[in-house]
Amino acid sequence: MSPLSRREFVGATVAAGAGLVIGFYLPHKGSAQKESFSPNAYLRIMPDNKVTVVVARSEMGQGIRTALPMILAEELEADWKQIEIEQAGASTLYGDQTTGGSASIRTTWDPMRKAGATAREMLISAAALTWNVPRSSCTAESGHIKHAASGRTLSYGDLVDKASTLPIPSDVALKQSKDYKIVGQRLARVDSPDKVRGEATYGIDFRLTGMKYAVLSRCPVIGGKASGFDDKESKKIAGVSYVGKISDSAVAVVADSVWGAMEGRRVLNVTWDEGANKDLNTAGIMASLKQAASKKGVNLYAAGEPAKASGRRITAEYSLPFMAHAPMEPGNCTAHYQGTKCEMWIPTQVPQDCRDSVATAIGLDSEQVKVNVTLMGGGFGRRLEHDYAVEAALVSKAINAPVKVVWSREDDMRFSTYRPASLHQLSSSLDGAGLPTGLTHRIIAPSISGQKGMPVPNGVDPDLPDEAGPVYGVPNYLIESVLVETPVPLGWMRSVYALQAAFALESFIDELAVAAGKDPLKYRLQLLAKDQDLPYFTTTWHTARMRAVLQLAAEKSAWDKPLPAGRHRGVACFGCFQSYMAEVVEISMESDQPKVHRVVAVVDCGQVVNPSILEQQIQGGIVYGLGNALRAKITVEKGRIVQGNFDDYTPLRMDETPVVEVYAVPSAEVPTGIGEPSVPPIAPALCNAIYAATKKRIRALPILNR
Amino acid sequence: MADITLRVNGSEKKVSVSPETPLLWVLRDTLELTGTKFGCGAGLCGACTVHVDGNPIRSCSTPVSQVGGKNVTTIEGLGANGLHVLQEAWIAEEVPQCGYCQTGQIMSAAALLAKTPNPTDDQITQAMNGNLCRCGTYERIRKAIHRAANGGAR
Repeated sequence: MSPLSRREFVGATVAAGAGLVIGFYLPHKGSAQKESFSPNAYLRIMPDNKVTVVVARSEMGQGIRTALPMILAEELEADWKQIEIEQAGASTLYGDQTTGGSASIRTTWDPMRKAGATAREMLISAAALTWNVPRSSCTAESGHIKHAASGRTLSYGDLVDKASTLPIPSDVALKQSKDYKIVGQRLARVDSPDKVRGEATYGIDFRLTGMKYAVLSRCPVIGGKASGFDDKESKKIAGVSYVGKISDSAVAVVADSVWGAMEGRRVLNVTWDEGANKDLNTAGIMASLKQAASKKGVNLYAAGEPAKASGRRITAEYSLPFMAHAPMEPGNCTAHYQGTKCEMWIPTQVPQDCRDSVATAIGLDSEQVKVNVTLMGGGFGRRLEHDYAVEAALVSKAINAPVKVVWSREDDMRFSTYRPASLHQLSSSLDGAGLPTGLTHRIIAPSISGQKGMPVPNGVDPDLPDEAGPVYGVPNYLIESVLVETPVPLGWMRSVYALQAAFALESFIDELAVAAGKDPLKYRLQLLAKDQDLPYFTTTWHTARMRAVLQLAAEKSAWDKPLPAGRHRGVACFGCFQSYMAEVVEISMESDQPKVHRVVAVVDCGQVVNPSILEQQIQGGIVYGLGNALRAKITVEKGRIVQGNFDDYTPLRMDETPVVEVYAVPSAEVPTGIGEPSVPPIAPALCNAIYAATKKRIRALPILNR
Repeated sequence: MADITLRVNGSEKKVSVSPETPLLWVLRDTLELTGTKFGCGAGLCGACTVHVDGNPIRSCSTPVSQVGGKNVTTIEGLGANGLHVLQEAWIAEEVPQCGYCQTGQIMSAAALLAKTPNPTDDQITQAMNGNLCRCGTYERIRKAIHRAANGGAR
């Protein structure tokens, strides 16, 4: 289906008496052709003053159902109380609907503002025509157009009929940040009341009349297959109605309750063909990374010639394990296959990918698959996969009835896609003053996209351009990527490669500061002292912005003031997803383990849309990152993922959570990413604090290695 | 299968399920009270926390046969009229991100406040440490509990 043109779209909707509808546009990723422009979201104003904003990104906790409409409402001069939210499912109308890469705000900032402004200008025109006064004498404010000279006022609802007949202006003026009334305010999230009442519907809560429940038995060995099964015992479980192989590697057990299906699976006897990976283990995988390190990779960033830089040579090697996202809501999807169509209800970050994968899996066209997006109990990248959706569609087709597939926590832990394990080789040469004359960072890691068969243009994993850039203006600076293959399923996990890159680099910078005999924060400021623009793929990193962030972190953490006895500090800074972040961690050591008391987090992410949501994202990212740093480790033995639940893969609990103070550098620049940038600096900042406390350098995560 | 009579949020419910079925699934699948969440199935995360005779329990690890005749309170029944003071405080402090664990968090907090109306930070940590949150909302949870304890909702 080709996207409706804006005219057809507006015309059709007005004819149906639905009020004023403004479609608006975002160039579809990867295409500059005008014909392929498609509406990214839309706005609907009704005669009763109800203003509906369609959110075409997925809500996984990051506050997108609040923040995106705020941007539109600002330009619309709407009354925020009138705004209602509608969640878009997979569509051809909204461009790429992927929610990830800390990209929702930064990529829709302009389209959302333009959509609001366009509607505002049309409403002003409608009022001016109604009153027969010049447009310039009318102003928009809080859901009304006012004519100050005569004291007249019309609400937006009063004006929708008239506005709908007007031509759509192609170029509208946008507001200046100093005039913002909504953007930048701590507005309450629209989704909180339902969530605290238990009335919010997550994917796992969705229900259809006559729906069955299914759990799947999957081959425990990576890449293995099911060669046969015996379901005699399963069929004895009350409510179990179907057991069947739905793919090469999985057998589904269907029952009239989740518990019944789980019980049916518990006694199911599947014969597995374990395949090529039955002897795979973590040690072998890490050895293969080490082996690959001898190969020359691809330069991600190259300034000067580090090999020729002279001075005192310092080298170090760092490594990180596989990690699992482990969102609180386990995987699930409801599917209703009906011969020539299939409808899905799924907590997903990729509704369009789910639609297309489901269509392929069950032999329908994409147009025959309808994907509804539910709330998500966390995403963190896990729901960029389409596995739950495909499974649910296959089971629904097999039993010819609506079904909800539910994953257990063990399923989630063992059949996930994992943050790639990686190895990092750092080397530098220091001049007489202890400053680097050269710096090399070699990142040896598998490509997530490459493993999934997605493009890896010029040998560069497509995530690295957002996640491994330079922020220091070091001369002779090389960042190199060596890609290596692994059978372990890989996925994009919150901050993706930035966590690995920052852990290695920012630990190493600390080592250089120690070697130079300098204060680690002041040393970093020295590396950022000169204003420099560092071009890295499509981003340009500015040392001045990183420096300002670090200076504010120094000030807010009172870095220059001595700490009480037994307290120690560490610092790290990093840039990713176009944002700049610095974190100062304050710890004490208790029984050889770090206790984190306080984190000062400073960000420059351009214009802040909602400071409360920003704090949530940064505090949350730091708690997530601390969990990663301290304990997160997925290991493989005999081809099987070892960890299974929160007892052997334990996220941070309340007793380990520090106070996190969040500061944003005031900025009117275009907003940049905020969901992920707080994650990468926390591990190196913590390890640097541990070094300050113990003189022990941690070069492998997790810190509390079992 | 067995016929079991439950008292959930003040009303009697007759269910016909196998007696070892965890209370969680009876609440969610049979009684359609989906505010109680499945997180781990092993009593490790607290997302499934409900009250049985006022005590917080993990419904994922509690066979339904054990709660016959007892008073079960879920998030749906926590506020007798409108929102419980903790739910008000949760909104005022903007606690939820994804929100999935928050009903379990609130049930644990409600059990704490029922016994300890003005808890210290340590008492809060002790009562809440079994409830995991992957979004990392712990700091705001602590603030919300203090706010509710001080009687201030919004």
